[in-house]
Amino acid sequence: MKIGVVTFPGTLDDVDAARAVTHAGAEAVALWHADADLRGVDAVVVPGGFSYGDYLRAGAIARFAPVMGEVVDAARGGMPILGICNGFQVLCEAGLLPGAMLRNAGLHFVCRDQWLRVDNSATAWTTRFDTGAEILVPVKNIDGRYTASQSTVDELEAEGRVVFRYVGRNPNGSLNDIAGITDPTGRIVGLMPHPEHAIDALTGPSDDGLGLFLSVIDSRVTAA
Amino acid sequence: MPKPEILDPQGQAVARALPRLGFAGVSDVRQGKHFELEVDDSVDDETLAKIAEGFLSNPVIEDFVVRRVDS
Repeated sequence: MKIGVVTFPGTLDDVDAARAVTHAGAEAVALWHADADLRGVDAVVVPGGFSYGDYLRAGAIARFAPVMGEVVDAARGGMPILGICNGFQVLCEAGLLPGAMLRNAGLHFVCRDQWLRVDNSATAWTTRFDTGAEILVPVKNIDGRYTASQSTVDELEAEGRVVFRYVGRNPNGSLNDIAGITDPTGRIVGLMPHPEHAIDALTGPSDDGLGLFLSVIDSRVTAA
Repeated sequence: MPKPEILDPQGQAVARALPRLGFAGVSDVRQGKHFELEVDDSVDDETLAKIAEGFLSNPVIEDFVVRRVDS
């Protein structure tokens, strides 16, 4: 299976995302922001960082990059897409996921290991988890406070589309402790914390994050 | 501007600083963004509204006002 990892100017976590993909047993394919070409991949990770310096708003300019047009088309065609941190912000700006991220309620950049609860283990990226499982992954951002209109939040909750929720202290004041969500199909997932930084005990607080990448490989095997 | 229902911690931080600096009587501060675009006469108000709504603001969290000023 080929999983593409997008690099924009200012992306930071593409190397770790590609490493996580490889570690899970898939082939990581580098996707360049200026190329309207997905190079035959089966899934895409939009990784974290500060694309275009977070100018205007986090993710606001990245969504107009040539590669994003292809990502949006592929996503609408059913390709699994994962947005991590800045990648989550990009997917929201691109309209693939509802809502937006605001400056953290405490105004601080928060960088720490964070417990999350998996509330939806039926998405393309979370089938390796048990529903209700708690996982430990790093969180590191200043614009991580998820928000959406009340009707959107009600819809997400009613449809079980909150995939990850902060356990213990909410690092940013997000609505309903939301850390990650999915689209109605369960194939597009975005989250603020960083599963790609938690794939082995040597470099992360756990290997819990690997489950997302293993899940999407499973989804491909199941589909085939 | 952030929509009225959106918590604006940056504005609140500014509001809390004012009394410490000796300015009394300011009950609330909201922080937003201001863009100045120099445009030809051919750019109509509808186009400016499209730019504001589709790019400069995020309608999920922000309201906007377009004001045309002759230079």
